[in-house]
Amino acid sequence: MEASAVGGMERRGSVYERIRCWLLTQPAAHDLDHFKGEPIGKKVEGVRMLDRFNVKKSFVGVLYLTATHLIFVDPESKKETWILHMHILSAEKMPLTTMGSPLQIRCKTFLSVTFVLPKERDCQEIYTTLQQLSKPVQLEDLYCFDYTASTEEVQKHVGWNFFDLQAEFQRMRVPNDAWSLTLLNKDYELCDTYPRYLFVPAAASTTVLMGSSSFRSKGRLPVLSYLHTNKAAICRCSQPLSGFSARCMEDEQMLNCILKANPNSKFMYVVDTRPKINAMANRAAGKGYENENFYENIKFQFIGIENIHIMRNSLQKLLEACEQKGPTMNNFLSAIEASGWLRHIKAVLDTSNFIVQAVQEGVSVVVHCSDGWDRTAQVCSLASLFLDPFHRTLQGFQALIEREWLAFGHKFVDRCGFLAGDQKEVSPIFTQFLECVWQLTNQYPCTFQFNERFLLALHDHVQSCQFGTFIGNCEKDRLDLRLHERTYSLWGYIANHMNEYMNPLYAAEENTDVLVPNLAPQNIRFWRGMYCRFESGVHPREVMSDMLLALCDHSSSLEDHIRLLTKRIDSLKAKIDSKKKSGETKVEEKIEDCVDNKTSYDKEISEQDEDVFKDEKVDSLVTVEQLASELKSVAVEWKTLRNVRECNCSTPFDHFSRKCHCWRCGEVFCTRCIDKHTALPGHDSQRAVPVCRTCYKELRRTFSVDSA
Amino acid sequence: MAQKHAQSRLLITGNLNNKQFQGHEGLREFLILSKCGFELWSLEKWSLSSSLKLRELTISHHLILSARKEGVEELWILHQNIDAVERKPNGMVGGTIVVKCKDFRIIQLDLNSGYEKFVNVANSLEWLSTLDNMTLLYPFFYRPVYNMLEDGWSAFRTESEFSKLLVPGSNEEWRISYVNKNFTVCRSYPSAVVVPKNIDDETLIAASKFRHGGRFPVLSYKHEGGSVLLRASQPLAGPGVKRCKEDEKLVNSVLGPGKKGYIVDTRSQSLAQSAKARGGGVEPEAHYPLWKRVQRPIDRQAVYLDSLAKLVDACNDVSCSIDKWMSRLESSSWLSHVKDSLNCACVVAQCIDQEGASVLLHGSEGLDSTLLVTSLCQIILNPDCRTVRGLEALVEREWLQAGHPFSLRHKKSCYSVGGSSVVPGGNKSGVIKGQQACTFLLFLDCVFQIHCQFPCSFEFNTHLLILLFEHSYSSQFGTFLGNCEADRERLELSKKTVSLWSHLNRPEVLPSLMNPMYEPNSKVIWPSVAPMSLILWRELFLRYSSASADGVSTRLKAASENTLHLNIKDKELRSKAAKLRRQLMELEKEAIEIGVLESPTSALLAESADATTGGTEVVAKNNSYP
Repeated sequence: MEASAVGGMERRGSVYERIRCWLLTQPAAHDLDHFKGEPIGKKVEGVRMLDRFNVKKSFVGVLYLTATHLIFVDPESKKETWILHMHILSAEKMPLTTMGSPLQIRCKTFLSVTFVLPKERDCQEIYTTLQQLSKPVQLEDLYCFDYTASTEEVQKHVGWNFFDLQAEFQRMRVPNDAWSLTLLNKDYELCDTYPRYLFVPAAASTTVLMGSSSFRSKGRLPVLSYLHTNKAAICRCSQPLSGFSARCMEDEQMLNCILKANPNSKFMYVVDTRPKINAMANRAAGKGYENENFYENIKFQFIGIENIHIMRNSLQKLLEACEQKGPTMNNFLSAIEASGWLRHIKAVLDTSNFIVQAVQEGVSVVVHCSDGWDRTAQVCSLASLFLDPFHRTLQGFQALIEREWLAFGHKFVDRCGFLAGDQKEVSPIFTQFLECVWQLTNQYPCTFQFNERFLLALHDHVQSCQFGTFIGNCEKDRLDLRLHERTYSLWGYIANHMNEYMNPLYAAEENTDVLVPNLAPQNIRFWRGMYCRFESGVHPREVMSDMLLALCDHSSSLEDHIRLLTKRIDSLKAKIDSKKKSGETKVEEKIEDCVDNKTSYDKEISEQDEDVFKDEKVDSLVTVEQLASELKSVAVEWKTLRNVRECNCSTPFDHFSRKCHCWRCGEVFCTRCIDKHTALPGHDSQRAVPVCRTCYKELRRTFSVDSA
Repeated sequence: MAQKHAQSRLLITGNLNNKQFQGHEGLREFLILSKCGFELWSLEKWSLSSSLKLRELTISHHLILSARKEGVEELWILHQNIDAVERKPNGMVGGTIVVKCKDFRIIQLDLNSGYEKFVNVANSLEWLSTLDNMTLLYPFFYRPVYNMLEDGWSAFRTESEFSKLLVPGSNEEWRISYVNKNFTVCRSYPSAVVVPKNIDDETLIAASKFRHGGRFPVLSYKHEGGSVLLRASQPLAGPGVKRCKEDEKLVNSVLGPGKKGYIVDTRSQSLAQSAKARGGGVEPEAHYPLWKRVQRPIDRQAVYLDSLAKLVDACNDVSCSIDKWMSRLESSSWLSHVKDSLNCACVVAQCIDQEGASVLLHGSEGLDSTLLVTSLCQIILNPDCRTVRGLEALVEREWLQAGHPFSLRHKKSCYSVGGSSVVPGGNKSGVIKGQQACTFLLFLDCVFQIHCQFPCSFEFNTHLLILLFEHSYSSQFGTFLGNCEADRERLELSKKTVSLWSHLNRPEVLPSLMNPMYEPNSKVIWPSVAPMSLILWRELFLRYSSASADGVSTRLKAASENTLHLNIKDKELRSKAAKLRRQLMELEKEAIEIGVLESPTSALLAESADATTGGTEVVAKNNSYP
């Protein structure tokens, strides 16, 4: 089948073949119908979408299968459900019922829906097509290689150069006299799952590095992950190939070099994040853990984060807990408990906290698990997040993911199950990391620059494969695939949507310290916003963070407008004054009032503004028409977000859909209707701000009138 | 917290005339190991205040721990707040006293100055915390140092509360009856109750004989559409077919022609059945044909306290594993009670709002779950109840005047049930087994849950709910003293004590209770009762547990302050923009007059005028919420 697609032998073929063919020969795809710009591979009418909680209540509509999405349109409630093929975790055909043939679809975004198709044949066809589309066989078939952003969006290259590993270490003042850059891995020869630039103790010789690498699983030798200001370092690696008794002088020297790189401590910790029993079992396979007797001045510590299989099963149970039909409070709580999910989250947080405590006391830490790309990635990145305020900003958080997850080779392809194949490798490791961050944001509401929506967006886009950022298992893979040329970067997309992801309560001046969260079990919460995201009924009906975000945007718009108003008032005032001085008009009381008003506002004008204002006076070309359009272009009042159930385009809003205001008319729209950004005449800064399509057209019209 | 008197420097302040205990000298040598973040103090330096000359019968009311140093926080605890006193004697050296409070705080006092002193202190604390004579309690001695603008005692009278319903000469079908003015018809009812206009007092008296404790059906709430919520206690139908024509007449008189109503019972079927054997029961269907019976069981108030005790114990144990915590949270069943209560309230509210049907609600005595549901219903249905004054009025109407026996229910709390705690004065009168409950706290928790789901629809913040919880257990104010209005009149509370409402409504206090995100919401608000929607009230239950000691609450407070600032800033900007716009228009006019600006075409002028006035119009609209 793959061969037929590549060979271009289309003919009638299966739906899958038609879709693949269309993807390969995009411009020539005239023969397919389109739904909102998406070519339709298959259309089924009379499909019923079941409501999980209310079997009697179901929607009947049309199901479209396109090259990239499964789309259900319910004409009555105007609701559209778009499911990205890449988001589909599993599709399952259920036993035939009187209503038809049910197809249950579970998504990696934790959406779970059941469609009932009238004909069994249609169901079978869609089922097999989805099987193929949701799990391509090779990386080149992933969505990102076909995805093109609309022209208004970002350019392809944007975002790929935002983060640079060397610059990131530069920020930590590395290289320095204790730590240096090694080019041994320039061609990925030392370790192919590591980045090409590695930072190691300056004292470690090439022999030591190569020897240590050969003594570590997958060659993942201990390298610098984070250097704290007190010279204590966090280093990461994989397990040593110690077996029951093997030892390696170079590896021992390597660890000693790491210890010596920190002049402030006589010992360091080696943290094995696995449960002791797992580490012991590994010894039989010639792997294992460091023997405290062989390594000088190390303190060895087991922590006990479970492995990927236990995590996968735990998430499965957690989702089952959320999907119970009409559970009682106790059913729900005991199911959550039985899943063990929160226990695992706490274990990851506790381990990170342990490392942070050590680093704060000036003790360096070497962290590993088995291969050092799952648990190690989790705890190293969290430890950096605890320690370094920079990583709690939007920029810094992306840099952290780039460093600890992408550069150091977290296997996103395998863990997220992008391709068909072994599903035993799939595990929610990155999801757990995001959840840990979310747990921290609960305790530190003003310390993180980003909001919950950002974490959710990250989660979804890691799974979506829409961007090339998370494709490949390591840096080398990404280079080989030439992703930076062929695909878009998620960071470019995020840079364009920054205002959606801001935490309005963020106070930069409070984001300075090391985080000391309280990790008592009472403080570890169930993340409803992630795992019950699509249960529209269970969320707060008024979303405070969205309201605050709108409030901040509104304030910012008004500030801009006020600057312009002040400017205009001053310039008019000056003109009237000069006119008066030339003795042509009488002084009126009214003007005196204005003078009083003006002086009070003058105080608030900044120096800079006054400079601008002087310039303005030179070319003072303000017309009445211009003033009118300036006033018209800024909404002083914005519509409240409360009880806004749908956008003007009648797309219904649910809990997590972003509701945007048009800065010109102050009405509320969905993100799709507010894709235009333009400068408003009423703003001083002339920056581009979001406006609705109607306002955009009107602004365009006045511009053209003006220029004519 | 409270006002500091001269006497307050005593450690355990108490009636020194009472010969029962004389151990106060020993208190000088406390070593306090407090679990509340207080330092370890050597109290050698302490001295008893010089103003020991207490007038006879004066009782002081606080346990005060103080280092007598400037800048160190003092710990003041009202004796009334003490729930349990545990003794752990340590030979002749002395011992440890663990003081457990009704606000969930636990304080450990280490006394090392001899066994006798240890016993004396413990005895004093026990004696003081279980005073039976209500007139010896702090509210009778508390004098505010500020001027009161409004007397909370008269702020929420029945007459004013129902004034909308009871405009004389209007077509309204309700009246105030004073049939209970001597509290003889129903001991737990207030002197004034609202009843159907066409029902005379004789019928009420007859109906009261058919209801448990005399609590005949009265009006609790009237919804916009005209449907009403009545509450009562169970009918004394018994196992047979006892009926009461007057009760039937009273109940039926609220139904419009052709309308049917619902009788919602907060007991389970079996409980209602077994109540028959004891003379209670349900309205016989045959005699109430216009009413449909619905059962929405909420557990009896007797189990709440046990549930709370388990929850608080679990919250205090921060060292247990997360699985253990989850299973303890589950087995406490506290959130199940919250869910059931909200669920029942939603069902009743649905009948009233969506079906337009009237509802008669009762459990058995009508003092606990009944009031819980009627008050929650009003939070859901009535936007007024989501304001500060509205909530105060609701508590006053549905809890205080409706006769929820606060003194009885709150005499003891979660630390006194079960466990190893010695119940101080356990056998003394007043502490009746099964009569202690935390129904009011359950109500507050339910309001908290709705608040979380509609964070912008409430004028108050959740801090007010915590304040109400604290004051309902121990307070310098008299509001929550007594079990019913009859008690409060007998004790002359309105003359001798200060009302909590007088305090809360002061301009100095009020702003701290306001929710910065409040946007008045005139609609009915339907909370979700799905298990994942209900959360533990961490701000309350973890307040004194070390799970929140690490500055979590300070950071949360900072967050709400940031919110407030953002809101204030936006409001200022809005009015400033509007003002500048007006000014600019005036200047423009001026400029045109003197010829600095060219006069525009008339069409444009109109347009620009639109733009300005348009803005201000919306401002006006926004500021004048109903």
